[in-house]
Amino acid sequence: MMTFLPQFFAGMAFFRIITPSFLENNIMCPQHITTKERLAIPRQEMPSQSPDVRNKNFKEVNLGYTPELARKEALRCLQCKDPACIKGCPVNIKIDQFIKFIADGDFLGAARKIKEDNVLPAICGRVCPQEDQCEKACILTKKYTSVAIGNLERFAADHERETGNVELPAVKASTGKKVAVIGSGPAGLSCANDLIQLGHAVTVFEALHELGGVLVYGIPEFRLPKEIVKQEIEGLKQLGVKFITNVLAGRSVTVDELLNEEDFDAVFIGVGAGLPWFMGIPGENLLGVYSANEFLTRVNLMKSYQFPNNDTPVFNCKGKNVAVFGGGNTAMDAVRTAKRLGAEHAYIVYRRSEAEMPARLEEVHHAREEGIEFLMLMNPLEFVGNEQQWLTGAKCLKMELGEPDESGRRRPIPIKDSEFILPIDMAVISIGNGSNPLIKQSTPDIEVSKRDTIVVDLNTMATSKENVYAGGDIVTGGATVILAMGAGRTAAKAIHEKLMGIDTHE
Amino acid sequence: MTFALIRKARQSPLSYEIKKQMHKIVAAIFLAENIKKIEIEAPRIAKKRKAGQFIMLRVNQTGERVPLTIADADPEKGTITIIVQGMGKSTKELNTKEAGDTISDIVGPLGAPSDIENFGTAVSIGGGVGTAIAYPTAVALKKAGNYVITINGARSKDLVILEKEMKAVSDEAYITTDDGSYGFHGFVTQKLQELIDSGKKIDYVLAIGPIPMMRAIAEVTRPYNIKTMVSLNPIMVDGTGMCGGCRVTVNNETKFACVDGPEFDAHQVDFKNLTDRNKLYLPEEKQSAEAFAHKCKLQ
Ligand SMILES: Cc1cc2nc3c(=O)[nH]c(=O)nc-3n(C[C@H](O)[C@H](O)[C@H](O)COP(=O)(O)OP(=O)(O)OC[C@H]3O[C@@H](n4cnc5c(N)ncnc54)[C@H](O)[C@@H]3O)c2cc1C
Ligand SMILES: Cc1cc2nc3c(=O)[nH]c(=O)nc-3n(C[C@H](O)[C@H](O)[C@H](O)COP(=O)(O)OP(=O)(O)OC[C@H]3O[C@@H](n4cnc5c(N)ncnc54)[C@H](O)[C@@H]3O)c2cc1C
Ligand code: SF4
Ligand code: FES
Repeated sequence: MMTFLPQFFAGMAFFRIITPSFLENNIMCPQHITTKERLAIPRQEMPSQSPDVRNKNFKEVNLGYTPELARKEALRCLQCKDPACIKGCPVNIKIDQFIKFIADGDFLGAARKIKEDNVLPAICGRVCPQEDQCEKACILTKKYTSVAIGNLERFAADHERETGNVELPAVKASTGKKVAVIGSGPAGLSCANDLIQLGHAVTVFEALHELGGVLVYGIPEFRLPKEIVKQEIEGLKQLGVKFITNVLAGRSVTVDELLNEEDFDAVFIGVGAGLPWFMGIPGENLLGVYSANEFLTRVNLMKSYQFPNNDTPVFNCKGKNVAVFGGGNTAMDAVRTAKRLGAEHAYIVYRRSEAEMPARLEEVHHAREEGIEFLMLMNPLEFVGNEQQWLTGAKCLKMELGEPDESGRRRPIPIKDSEFILPIDMAVISIGNGSNPLIKQSTPDIEVSKRDTIVVDLNTMATSKENVYAGGDIVTGGATVILAMGAGRTAAKAIHEKLMGIDTHE
Repeated sequence: MTFALIRKARQSPLSYEIKKQMHKIVAAIFLAENIKKIEIEAPRIAKKRKAGQFIMLRVNQTGERVPLTIADADPEKGTITIIVQGMGKSTKELNTKEAGDTISDIVGPLGAPSDIENFGTAVSIGGGVGTAIAYPTAVALKKAGNYVITINGARSKDLVILEKEMKAVSDEAYITTDDGSYGFHGFVTQKLQELIDSGKKIDYVLAIGPIPMMRAIAEVTRPYNIKTMVSLNPIMVDGTGMCGGCRVTVNNETKFACVDGPEFDAHQVDFKNLTDRNKLYLPEEKQSAEAFAHKCKLQ
């Protein structure tokens, strides 16, 4: 086995036989490269559609690394002895190891290594906030630029899928136990994935007519092609997971009915944070004011960008001014969608400064390239409309940054007499989501927090109700795909132990 | 290699059977011009539904999600009945379906069930296809022991629907027509006012129909402080509380009609906002309807 030794980090170059022009040379030999040479390789840019083209179509923005780019990027990794990146990853993917596989040209090996810890790498490689996780922790981040771990993860997973090499894992002999999973977002899918492999019969109940949760109704095609989500789900179907769409738990069936009448031994609740918050300011019900969920659902799930070939319409953005209020990923998705639908001006209106925006850096960067206009330190006070009740503008107040608050972010404070009207035809409110009340109402014995999120034991994701587990956004409030996935897997493990009577206490 | 083997072994037909559960239409007949009664297989919903709840259906893969009230259900047979008025593209397309055809997606039951108790004397008022929406609640009110009066309005005689069914659950049943071609000549509001004026003690009113009708009923009962509920029909997308497109203003608060409603206290509803918001897609609705009419002509 040729593993990389940390000696490299100390600058020792035993096998240095490469010419200085090795950077231009595609056939790089990972064994024969010094730390200095690794450090000299610049971070490899992700190839993408050019901004002026892509802001008019819904095709994926990023095109993915070529094998050459991927290997070059992989060579930047120092193969640390105690890799900091792994600790930065919420599911502790063995990052150094998978990157080494890529550097060695064993792309399938890389994909399999990732899948030991992450069941949805093609998705996570695209949507994880790497700059706040693994890439932030990467040793190179401080002095240089971090290894493009996300891009490499995506490359490995895409390579495996596109070359038809996705392997279905082995499934253990049937345990005779039945588990119901409510919600088909990343939390539900990963929970189902682990449980089916452990030999349990799994049925996923989804409220909508499509599977995938936010991955299909929220995140747009141009950032996450739906075909990828579909293939992941197809894989689960082949493992034997049963999916039933159009079942709204709490209305179509209750948790108690699943346990008592449909004989499920355990239930996992992964229903997400699906209740859009509004701002509670005057004029919010004018025509042309949308929640981000509604706007994105119409466009992504109902495919209204193909109206009238699809029946569901959406606000006609062509030549209009659109403002999206918020600074997260959802806001970026909404504003870039509006631009693609032909908006003349597409604004992000955010009450703090750009540094505080929670969106992924790449999305902010892409949005800017696509011509999105950022109006920072601005707070809407009221929506104004015409006689027919159509939105005509947003009355906003300018802000400045004051002292840091409890979260360490500098608190925006209003500038006196700075009110003005921003002329807009459409507004999209993207200030976050709360919890849908249906599960709480129909299952009062599940303990919820003041914010209506489900309370769980974080080690097992067990709720206050026997044999009922929960994870993902319904527990954390709006968070990330990877955290939802991790929670689904933690729950699967705990459900397995509970159903099989495995004692985890010594 | 071993993986390939596993893959083959697991590709049982079972995993594909669930690709799409289509819903079969078992019966479909026109009750009046443009108003069709459709009975569809939906066993889970048939078992669970309560009066006042609705479904959302998608006729096919490119269809809209259309909210429709569950007019009736047969839990044994596993079917639900909807009564659909062809308004625009989606409902007109639905009304071309016949027994044996299938519907792509149906989800439900959605919405909060009607608040049913023994109020005393309950009046159920339906305007147009609203009669169908009011019917299951009228049945439930009767079952709960109320003295049930029904007033059902239509523009003219040939648009009257569910006359027999309504009579069967009513202690008093009235029909009104705008043109006087049948029953009471006038609007449902006038009939209600007449009943109130005759000194009848009315404890509860449920009114379902076009927005102007519901708004007018609210004004009739307001001075007498009669508890009055209306079933609102804002434009919906998911019907699960996820988008907020169906928001209505009730008692100056924003409510999501698909989870908090669709029934609300008529005296607190902001009808103007509802009327305005339902105009959001007029040009697109027109475009869809015209394209559909054109397609029908060609066939
Ligand atoms: C527009 C947008 C962009 C985002 N971008 C990113 C990003 O770039 N990176 C990132 O990491 N995160 C992102 N997020 C957040 C991320 O998508 C979520 O944290 C994650 O999807 C949560 O997963 P989940 O499984 O808990 O819930 P969800 O993905 O919300 O899935 C829940 C599923 O349950 C279904 N459901 C709800 N109620 C019921 C019920 N009663 N019965 C049956 N089914 C039900 C829903 O229809 C849905 O399909 C984004 C979110 C949005 C909205
Ligand atoms: C809870 C609820 C229960 C309903 N029950 C019934 C019923 O039992 N029978 C029946 O015939 N109709 C019912 N409706 C109304 C029905 O959903 C609409 O007529 C239908 O969606 C119109 O779609 P369309 O494409 O045919 O017409 P469109 O061309 O889209 O619209 C025609 C008219 O219908 C209104 N409309 C459009 N989309 C919707 C929508 N998604 N929801 C509500 N109204 C809309 C528009 O304001 C417009 O005036 C109900 C509506 C709601 C909200
Ligand atoms: S911290 Fe950076 S350099 Fe070190 S192993 Fe992880 S990705 Fe490679
Ligand atoms: S229809 Fe989307 S929340 Fe009611």
